[in-house]
Amino acid sequence: MSASEHGEALTPGSYIGHHLQNWTVGDTSTFWHVNADSLLFSVGLGLVFIMLFWSVARKATSGVPGKLQCFIEIVVEFVDNTVKDTFHGKSAVIAPLALTIFVWIILMNTMDLIPVDWLPQAANMVAGEDVYLRVVPTTDPNIALAMSFSVFFLMIFYSIKIKGVSGFVRELTMQPFNHWAFIPVNLVMELVSLIAKPVSLGLRLFGNMYAGEMIFMLIALVGVGQLPLHFVWAVFHIMVVILQAFIFMMLTIVYLSMAHEDH
Amino acid sequence: MNLNATLLGQSIAFLVFVVFCMKYIWPPLMSAIEDRQAKIADGLASAERATKDLELAQSKATDQLKGAKADAAAIVDAANKRKAQIVDEAKTAAITERDKIIASGYAEVEAERNRAKEELRQKVAVLAIAGAEKILEHSIDQAAANDIVEKLVAEL
Repeated sequence: MSASEHGEALTPGSYIGHHLQNWTVGDTSTFWHVNADSLLFSVGLGLVFIMLFWSVARKATSGVPGKLQCFIEIVVEFVDNTVKDTFHGKSAVIAPLALTIFVWIILMNTMDLIPVDWLPQAANMVAGEDVYLRVVPTTDPNIALAMSFSVFFLMIFYSIKIKGVSGFVRELTMQPFNHWAFIPVNLVMELVSLIAKPVSLGLRLFGNMYAGEMIFMLIALVGVGQLPLHFVWAVFHIMVVILQAFIFMMLTIVYLSMAHEDH
Repeated sequence: MNLNATLLGQSIAFLVFVVFCMKYIWPPLMSAIEDRQAKIADGLASAERATKDLELAQSKATDQLKGAKADAAAIVDAANKRKAQIVDEAKTAAITERDKIIASGYAEVEAERNRAKEELRQKVAVLAIAGAEKILEHSIDQAAANDIVEKLVAEL
């Protein structure tokens, strides 16, 4: 960071505040505005994932694979094995869903490893001083929660598809105490645990990445001494990047397999 | 936390990516992997079969080798026997031949001796007559004398 490139005198508070501000498009007083930077990077990285895997899938050979195909197949087999270990039903959706979640979240989290000032300052140079840019989509709760709520809707969809509406309602009302008098108690408990799933799923990813990004910013405030610190935290953060993506994928599989189970 | 329409945008993007992955990425990759697994399994199975075949062929070859050796030994044995037999036969034939030759030799010698004896006897007879002629110095009955001499000669 350098004070001269921002207009007024730069304090740590204003530096971090600047970095936590999204580039928004639309009317910010209502719900109907979007964080254009989050969506841009998220969709861009999604396209990177799709194009990379599609280019390999189109030319996939069952003979001797190339190096790229080998790598892609390792990822695919890893996801496939994880799904098969956890989910014992038959579903054409869960495995591709898990693959998309895993690779996409890894890509989005990896944006955290780009030094925090590069892309925002590049944006400032191109578009002017008052432009904000947050480059890590998963540090935006909108992105993380959008994915976890999508998973949540899939859970509800499969619960109803497998068990029927009555089975789904019975699951909410007749557990853990199987007696009509306990229906309100059961309903409250089950609803809490049901809602907690997507919320915790999304907030876990968001919280971890947000905290990691915050530490990168604090390190960037140190000055010249930031380089070794930045390196150490980045190395550690690589683990967080992959671990959070894996946890998100794993929990998605677990939740969906729970939705498939008939009690 | 500032929740806004980004939620919807991200959800739609998520849905699109998942559907695309489900339709165009997952199936070809999985089928490639499964095909290769099947190929490798086939290859391993056929390698195992080939190993078994090889073992079988080796044991068969060993058997055949043993058989051939036994045959060869039998042939050599028979040949040896035959050789001894031929040698024996030849020996016997040679001995017979030798005996025959010796016998004929003896017979010839005997005949020769008899002939020589006969000749000698004739000559002795002539000599005796001539001697007697000289001793007596005169002629006597030639015929009677010849008879006497013949008798003498026969007594020789």
